[in-house]
Amino acid sequence: MRVDNISLDRRQFLGGLFSTGAFVVAARLVPAELFAQAPAAAILNTKADTAALHPSVYLGIEPDGTVYLVTHRSEMGTGIRTSLPLVAADELDADWSRCRIEQGVGDTRYGDQNTDGSRSIRDFYDAFRVAGASARTMLITAAAAQLNVPVGELTTANHEVVHARSGRRVGYGALVPAAAKLQVPARETLRFKPKADWKFVGKETEIYDLTPIVTGTAQFGLDVHRDGMVFASIEHPPVVGGTIRSIDSKASLAVKGVTSIETLDPPKPPLLFQPLGGVAVIGRNTWSVLQGRRQLKIEWNDGPNTTLTSAPFRTAMIERVKQSAKVARNLGNVDAEFAKGGKTLEAVYYTPMAAHASMEPPAAVAEFRNGKAEVWCPTQNPQAAQETVAAALGIDKRDVTCHVTLLGGGFGRKSKPDYAAEAAVLAKKLGKPVKVVWTREDDIRHDFYHTNAAVYHKATVDAKGRPTAWLKRSVFPPIASTFGAPEPMNFELNMGLDDSPYDVPNIRAENAGAGAHVRIGWFRAVSNNFHAFALHSFADELAHAAKRDPLEFLLDLLGPGKAIDLKAQGVDYTNYGAPIDKYPVDSRRLRRVLEVAGEKSNWAKRPSGNGRGMGIAAHRSFNSYVASVVEVEVDRQGRLKIPRIDMVADPGVVINPDRVRSQLEGAAVMGVSLAMFGEITATNGRIDQKNFDGFRVARMNDAPIQVNVHFAESGDLPTGVGEPGVPPVIAALANAIYAATGKRLREMPFSKQKLV
Amino acid sequence: MRLTVNGKPQNYEDDPDMPLLWYLRDDLRLTGTRFGCGAGLCGACTVHVNGQAVRSCQTKMGTLESKTVLTIDALGEGGKLHPVQRAWIQHDVPQCGYCQSGQIMQAAALLKTTPNPTDVQIDSAMSGNVCRCGTYQRIRAAIKTAAKERA
Repeated sequence: MRVDNISLDRRQFLGGLFSTGAFVVAARLVPAELFAQAPAAAILNTKADTAALHPSVYLGIEPDGTVYLVTHRSEMGTGIRTSLPLVAADELDADWSRCRIEQGVGDTRYGDQNTDGSRSIRDFYDAFRVAGASARTMLITAAAAQLNVPVGELTTANHEVVHARSGRRVGYGALVPAAAKLQVPARETLRFKPKADWKFVGKETEIYDLTPIVTGTAQFGLDVHRDGMVFASIEHPPVVGGTIRSIDSKASLAVKGVTSIETLDPPKPPLLFQPLGGVAVIGRNTWSVLQGRRQLKIEWNDGPNTTLTSAPFRTAMIERVKQSAKVARNLGNVDAEFAKGGKTLEAVYYTPMAAHASMEPPAAVAEFRNGKAEVWCPTQNPQAAQETVAAALGIDKRDVTCHVTLLGGGFGRKSKPDYAAEAAVLAKKLGKPVKVVWTREDDIRHDFYHTNAAVYHKATVDAKGRPTAWLKRSVFPPIASTFGAPEPMNFELNMGLDDSPYDVPNIRAENAGAGAHVRIGWFRAVSNNFHAFALHSFADELAHAAKRDPLEFLLDLLGPGKAIDLKAQGVDYTNYGAPIDKYPVDSRRLRRVLEVAGEKSNWAKRPSGNGRGMGIAAHRSFNSYVASVVEVEVDRQGRLKIPRIDMVADPGVVINPDRVRSQLEGAAVMGVSLAMFGEITATNGRIDQKNFDGFRVARMNDAPIQVNVHFAESGDLPTGVGEPGVPPVIAALANAIYAATGKRLREMPFSKQKLV
Repeated sequence: MRLTVNGKPQNYEDDPDMPLLWYLRDDLRLTGTRFGCGAGLCGACTVHVNGQAVRSCQTKMGTLESKTVLTIDALGEGGKLHPVQRAWIQHDVPQCGYCQSGQIMQAAALLKTTPNPTDVQIDSAMSGNVCRCGTYQRIRAAIKTAAKERA
């Protein structure tokens, strides 16, 4: 079986990439002009827009003192809906209890809204500081005139401007009418609060939606209701690219509550975020359409993707990864060093596909009236939803309004708004509001999967076991395939393959794409997961081969630390879309998280052996640095327990520490879940798993018992924490299992392998 | 047939095979009860029937004659939050929050029968409830806090 058997026109790929606008990695993400702009249509108005004082698209203040803060990034559990407004409220010196958060609709005036890549804080921290500081400056200027004192004598405290000398205080609300007449100050003239005066940033604030969540009133996509709404459940082609050969819908239409059956067009290549097509059952409630679906008799033309059967595909990939491939990084001369014939180690690692399985399956509600569409959905990317819906309906994207609900998990799946387009197409066909409900089976069988990968490592070592040459190579069906390209895009390699910070004189990284026969998408931490698993497992293998302590060995491998010049080594490095001068690949920071991890986990004092083991790994991803120490216990039957994981993060300035901790706690669980159980397979192009029985995820009794989160805060520019916690956990777990049992796991899921 | 939902009497004459979940969500628009798997595998749809935690996606309407259903929407009594809800807030348990209605209903039922659960009892009672965000550690801590508060 060949693994490199897709061939698509590269022009299609480029057209697709830029028409979706959804994966522009290195573009400037914040709009140049953040000051208040007129929204495109009245329907898009936020209360911040209509507030009397409105110095920024993200902020408005009314004369009663109420502050409206707009979050344009999607809330899927990271706390971003709270954290970005906190940044603005801090600079404003606002009373948090008088701040109201609004969710922005999809609108380019907010800048980028694709909530993925762990970059909401990185890219918008400054914009929200500017919003808060602009408003505060205007309020102070207005107060100076009103109190007839110099601006320099005024300070602010908790929603008031204060003149300390005279003891006079004026509330923000009272100053709004005068402040609203002033010009919004230029960015360069703003003075930001010194760190000592920060009242929210770095402190604990509970998430805005906490009480609605625990009382059940929080509104997710599946909870949206529109009057006159009908329900739809869709039978998608079981193989990607499949089309309908015949339908017998008689029994389905006989189900009580089913009102009609609609066919949906298959996508035209490249797939992008288009719906898969299929047959929709329409009815008066969810139950009737689910029952109606069971009665559908459909014959499919499966198309070319039946070639995918996971077991032979895995074998082919493992063979392929042993052959040379396209060079992505080159330092020194690996081949010359290998030719010297020193002590050599090599290993192949393999990871299967995985599903996102967010607890809320994809869902959307749509209306279509007068040539315009309105959709409500749990999306990570409302602008892509606008574009995808517009393309499906053949209308302009400005005629699509996308309301963003809370997301019941996202993990990358909900960046792809195929389900929103399904609802919109059906709403147009039926002339009434439609709610599309995906079942769990739909979600597991029709995901944009975390790709499967084979990774190869080879190194020669010196007398101390330190590598003198290191070759790494990966092969995987790329995310690029969803956009019509056969080979991975650079960003897929820049995630742990060609950006390794280990200080070795001769390095080569290579990669080849493999054919994609299902939709491939980004999953929390993306290709870092398999690259980091292999890289840091292999580093651990080198340490043990040298009979050295793994932590001491890793610190030696990193060397004293420096900002690494990847460009000089031929890497086309996208750096997660961030400028390399401001966000370097800094092995000093990686050293530091490792050192703190060693300290906090009592690494030196907790020896491994006798079924108990500790493993360690550290990884830079999404411009953040995280180290993990995993402790495992394996009993005589081979049953695994994880008593403790220590996570040490350096994400620069921390905005809301409790949410950073919760993200890293969650990453520890997801890393364990993926490593232990994460496996999606296909037979003749059809996905074998259907629900949580086939696709296992970690439950409470599988999860680490204790996850301790520590900060090695560098005070550097703030970067994300949604994803960077996952990759090091996986390798640290494999390394811990080795320490406990002597068994080296090079293939996920670990639960399928005997540990004793 | 008649049943009581969150203290209100209800009359139901529709398909007896319809799961309680869709009756709550679509008919009564009590959307606090979440749909996660439709197969009794994840616990997101957990409610109480006559005081016991059940998966509403697996509970047919036809079995609920004269039964009393309680959902997350009415777990708190007299405008006050239930001790489990208060503990959830104290520990900042939720991330995305989607599974938490089910987690809270499951935990509230556990504490009714087992006021001071051990770790093993908590794991055993809660392992049918999936949280993809991975809030398990905080759920365990919050259950212990709620147990203390009730004691």
